[in-house]
Amino acid sequence: MTGQNGRRVAIIAGCRTPFAKSGTVFKDLGAVELAKLATRELLVRTEIAPGDVDQVIFGQVVPSVLAPNVAREVSLLPQFPKTIPAYTLNRACASSTQAIAAAHDQIVLGQAHVVIAGGTESLSDIPILHSKRFSELLVQAARARSLGQRLRTLARTRPRDLVPVTPAIAEPSTGETMGQSAEKMAKENGITREAQDAFALRSHQLAAAGTADGRLTAEIAPVFVPPAYDPVVTSDNGIRSDSTLEQLAALKPVFDRRYGTVTAANASPLTDGASAVLLMSGEAAEAMGYEPLAFIRSSAVAAVDPGAQLLMGPAFAVPLALDRAGLAWRDLGLVEMHEAFAAQVLSNIQAFESDAWAREHLGRAEKVGEVNWDTLNVMGGSIAIGHPFGATGGRIATTLANEMRRRDAQFGLVSVCAQGGMGFAMVLERA
Amino acid sequence: MSGGIGTRTGALTVTLEDGVAVLTLDLPGESVNKFSQPVKDEFVAAFAAAQADPAVRAIVFISGKPDMFVAGADIEEFVALRSVAEATRLSRDGQQMLERVATSAKPVVAAIHGPCVGGGVELALACHYRIATDHPKTVFSVPEVQLGIIPGAGGCNRLPRLVGLRAALEMILTGKNVRASRALRMGLVDELVAPAILRRVAVAAARRLSAERARRRRPGAWFFDRSMLGQALVLRRARAMTLRQTGGHYPAPLAALDAIRFSLANGVAEGLPYEADLFGRMAMTEVSRRLVEVFFATTALKKDPGVPAPVPKARPVERIGIVGSGFMGAGIAAVAVGQAGVQVRFKDADLPRVGAGLRAVARVVEERARRRSITKREAARQLALVSGGADYTGFHGADAVVEAVFEDLALKQAVLREVEAVTRATCLFASNTSTIPISRIAEASGRPETVIGMHFFSPVHRMPLLEVVVGERTAPETVVTAVALGRKMGKTVIVVEDRPGFFVNRILAPYLGEACRLLVEGVPIGAVDGAMTGWGFPVGPITLLDEVGLDVAAKASGVMHEAFGERLRQPFDLGVLVAAGRLGRKNGRGLFTYRGGKRKDPDPAACRLLGIVPGEAPADRAPLAERLAFAMLNEAARALEEGVVRQPRDGDVGALFGIGFPAFRGGPFRTVDALGARAVVATLERLAAAHGDRFLPAASLVEQARGGGRFYPSDR
Repeated sequence: MTGQNGRRVAIIAGCRTPFAKSGTVFKDLGAVELAKLATRELLVRTEIAPGDVDQVIFGQVVPSVLAPNVAREVSLLPQFPKTIPAYTLNRACASSTQAIAAAHDQIVLGQAHVVIAGGTESLSDIPILHSKRFSELLVQAARARSLGQRLRTLARTRPRDLVPVTPAIAEPSTGETMGQSAEKMAKENGITREAQDAFALRSHQLAAAGTADGRLTAEIAPVFVPPAYDPVVTSDNGIRSDSTLEQLAALKPVFDRRYGTVTAANASPLTDGASAVLLMSGEAAEAMGYEPLAFIRSSAVAAVDPGAQLLMGPAFAVPLALDRAGLAWRDLGLVEMHEAFAAQVLSNIQAFESDAWAREHLGRAEKVGEVNWDTLNVMGGSIAIGHPFGATGGRIATTLANEMRRRDAQFGLVSVCAQGGMGFAMVLERA
Repeated sequence: MSGGIGTRTGALTVTLEDGVAVLTLDLPGESVNKFSQPVKDEFVAAFAAAQADPAVRAIVFISGKPDMFVAGADIEEFVALRSVAEATRLSRDGQQMLERVATSAKPVVAAIHGPCVGGGVELALACHYRIATDHPKTVFSVPEVQLGIIPGAGGCNRLPRLVGLRAALEMILTGKNVRASRALRMGLVDELVAPAILRRVAVAAARRLSAERARRRRPGAWFFDRSMLGQALVLRRARAMTLRQTGGHYPAPLAALDAIRFSLANGVAEGLPYEADLFGRMAMTEVSRRLVEVFFATTALKKDPGVPAPVPKARPVERIGIVGSGFMGAGIAAVAVGQAGVQVRFKDADLPRVGAGLRAVARVVEERARRRSITKREAARQLALVSGGADYTGFHGADAVVEAVFEDLALKQAVLREVEAVTRATCLFASNTSTIPISRIAEASGRPETVIGMHFFSPVHRMPLLEVVVGERTAPETVVTAVALGRKMGKTVIVVEDRPGFFVNRILAPYLGEACRLLVEGVPIGAVDGAMTGWGFPVGPITLLDEVGLDVAAKASGVMHEAFGERLRQPFDLGVLVAAGRLGRKNGRGLFTYRGGKRKDPDPAACRLLGIVPGEAPADRAPLAERLAFAMLNEAARALEEGVVRQPRDGDVGALFGIGFPAFRGGPFRTVDALGARAVVATLERLAAAHGDRFLPAASLVEQARGGGRFYPSDR
C-alpha cells in the first residue's frame, strides 16, 4: 500500500545482538552499547553510506537516567556524520515496532528517505532508585550553604531511608504485575497449564531449529564481550533445545502458587539485547540498488482497559491493521506474534478465532480468522528467544521479513502486546 | 593607535582597547608563527612604541592564527649560523628582546591558544601573566634538546623559577608536550579559559594588573624545587639519569642542566649570558647538526608524495579491511582507528581470533586513555570504529585492504584473490609482508596496479616507520594513496623498491649476521650487545633478535641468504632455537631468559643449542662495534646503488626510525659522509682482509673515495 503521495516504505535489512538472559553475558554492556553494536553491524552488512541515513529512531522501555535518548547516542557512532537527528520513544514492549512505524511515517511524509529504526533494553542495568525521603535529603544537602548544614541534613537519614526502590514490571494504574495479568487471563479464558507448557515447548523447539539451521543466527551480530572480547556471543542463550514437557510441568507457578498456571518456563524471561532495522523509501532503495525484503503495508495500535485483560491489545489492533491493509486474516502467509506469556498468546488466538468474541468486542459478525499453526512464529518467539522490551519489535519485524522472502509469502503480520493494555499490529507485503 | 607600527613583515598588528595594547602576531603566508630576525625587529619596535605611548597601560600578546600560538624560533636562521660567536649572539638577542618584556613597567599578558613551542614558551615566561585556552590543541613544549641545543632565550633561567625545578627539568630534558590542564597545575599558566573568551579575558586581566600586582604562585615542593640542598640533589640525580639514558652521546641535556644549575646559584642576570654561551657552543656541535638534519629530513618526508611528478591524487581512504587479526593486524588496526580515524573491519578464520584482535586493539587504545593522552570518551569512540567477522562482510565498502596473514606466498595470494572478489576495482590491496616480493604476490591479482606493500614494524603502535613497497606493476596512484594512508596512521613513510628485505631488513641482515659471527668466535652476548649500545643503538643486536622474534629472524635470514648469497649468510641456523620452542621475547624464551615479561640474562642453554662456547669478554669493544657498524654502512650503500631507496635521506630515516640507528650519527649515509668515503673504504678493506670478502666495499663507496664524492651535498 502506498502513502498519499505514492511513497512505499521498504524494509531493507535488520540486525540484532544475540538476546541474552539478564545478568548473564551482557550484564556489563548496557543498553546504549548494545544498540550501538547492533546498528554498527547493520551498517557494515548493508554497506549503506552512513551519511545517507536521515534519521535514527529507537525504542527503549526502561531508559538509563544517564543516557535517556539512546537513539542519539547511536546516531553519534563515529561511522555517522554528527548531524543525524535522533529520538527515543516508548510504547512499552511495542517500542521498536513503533519506531519502525514512526520511520515509515517520516518516509511517507517525505521528511526522510532513509531511517534506521530499532530498540534496545538492558534489564541487567535498570535504574535503582533511592527512597523518596532519602532523595529529598540529598537534594537539601546539595543546596546546603555550609559543610555543617550539609552534615546536619545528612544526619537526618534513617536506615529505612536507604532501602532502594526497584522498579517492578507492574501497571502504575492498577498495581498489577504482568505475571498477575497473564495469570488472570489464563483463568478467565480457560487457558490450561498443559496448553501453555506445550506452547512454550513449541517456542523452544522452533527457535532451536531456527538457530541450528542458521536462519536466526543470520540476523545476529556476534558480540565480542569486552574487556576480554571473549566469549564471542553468536546466539540467544535462553533457547533450550532439550526441554521436555515433563520438565516444564514440574515447575511451580510463580504468581499464584496454589491455583496458578503461569511459570517461569511459559513466560518470556528478562533479557538484554538490541535490534536495528534499515528502512527506506522504495525510490531510495531502487536508486541505491537495494532489494527490499518487504514493504510496510499498514499498521495499527489499540488499547484496552488495563484493569480488564491487560494483554488483549493485539486482538483489537490486528483486525484494525488488516482493515487498513484491505486484507483478511486468510491472506496472511506468515504471522509473528510476540510471546510475552503463553497464556497471552493463546488468549489472543482464542479471541481471533471466536465469532462470539468478534461480535461482542469488535461488533463484527465473524471472527478475525483461524490460525494456521504452520505459519505462526515459525522460528519460535520471545518465550524461547527472550524479550528485551525495547528490542523485540525489531527482531520480530526482521525475522518476519526474512522468512517472507524465503517462503515467498506475499503478506505477513506482526503482533505485539504491550504494557498499559496496548496492542500493536503491522502488515508487511512482498514486492 | 591602530594598524601597523613598523610593519616590515606585516606580521604584527597593534590595537588599543580600553588602555590595553593588543599585539597580534600573524605571519603572513605561513601556517605557523615563528620568530625570525625581521619579526623580532618588528616586535621590539611595536613593544617600544607601546611602552612609550602614555595611553597604553598594559600589553597583551596574542596570536592571530586560528589554532597556533608560536612555534618557536625560525630554524632556517639557526642552520645558517657559522660560528659559536654568531650563535651566542643570536641567543643574546632573543634574551634581550624578552628582557624588555620581563622588565616592562606596564604589565604584559600572554594569551595562548594552540601549540606554544620553544621560543613561544620563553616569550610566555617573560610575560607577567599567562592565560591559556582549555583546548586540546593548546600544548606547551621546549623541544630544543631534541635538536641538540638548549632553550636560549631565557628558558633555562625562567622556567625553573616559574614552575619549580623538577617540572622544568621534565620539560627541558625531554621536550615532551605539556597539555593545558597540566600547565595550569604546574604553574606554567595562571588561568585556563574557553577559546571564545581568551582575548576578552586577557585584556581584562591586563587592565586589572595595571592597577594591582599579580599574586605569585609557588608550585612544586619547597625542598626539591626551591631549597638549595634539594635542588642540588635533584640536579645530581637528573645528571646521572641523563648520562645513563644518552650514553654520553648527547651533550645538550647536560648543557641545559649546567645552565639551570648556574642560574639557580647565581641569579638571572648572570644566568642569561651563561645560557647564551652554552647555547652557542651547542649550536655548533656535530650532534646538533645531525639532529637538525634529521629534523629536516623527516619534515621533507612528510611532504613527499612518494612518486615523481606528475603526482596523481591520493584516493580518499575512509574504510579499511584488515585480513588477519593477529599481533600485526591488530597493531595496524590500532593506528588506523587511533591516528588515521578510519573505520576498520577485521576478517580472520574464526570469531575467537577476531575477538583476540579486537582485544589487542582495545589494549593499545585503552593504554593511551590510561596515560591520559586521550580521554575515555575518545577511546570509546576509537574502539567503536573497529569491528570484525569470520567472512568478508563489510569489505565491499573498503577503500583499502591490508593483509597481515602468515608469511606464506600461496596463502597471501589466496587472500588477495578472495579480497579482489569482494572489493571494488579501485580498492587498494596492501600486503604487510616483510620477506615476500610484492610482485610475486601480485601475480595472483587481476588488477596488479592496485597491489602494494605496506611493511609495518612491530609493535606497530610504537614503531614510527613504514616502508611502502612498490611492485613492478604498482600504479603511482596506489603509491600515493598508500603513502598518504601511512602518514595518516602517524607513520614516517619511506618508499622502497621491491627487493628482498626492502631497506630496513636489508641493512639489518649483515649487521645481525656479523653479531652472530662474533658469538661463534666466542664473544659473550653481553659484550656484543654492549658494543652496539655503546655505539649509540638503543638495544644491542642479540636483544634485537629476541625482540623481532627468532622465527621471524630465521625466516628472513633464509630469504636474504637465498637472494644475496654468501655475503648475507648467517653463521648458524636460528631455526635450531625455533625448533626448540624459543621464539624470543614473545614467548619468553630466546637467547635471553625472561621473567615477568622482563628480559634477564643471556641464556646459556640457547648457546649450547647453537654449539656456541662463550669466552672472555674483550677489553676493547671498539673493534666489535666497527665490524657490525661497517657491515651495515656497506650494505646501505649497496642498497642505494640498487635503488632500494630513492635517496640517502630515505635510507637514513629508515635506519633511524626502523632500527634505532643512533640519531646523533644521522643515519648510515650521514655517518659515511661524516667519516669520509676514503676512510670508510680503507676500514672496509682492512676488515675484508681480516674477516672475509663480505666486507669488500660497495662500488659507490669506492667511487666516492676515488672522486671525493659524498651522499649528501656538502652544506659547508
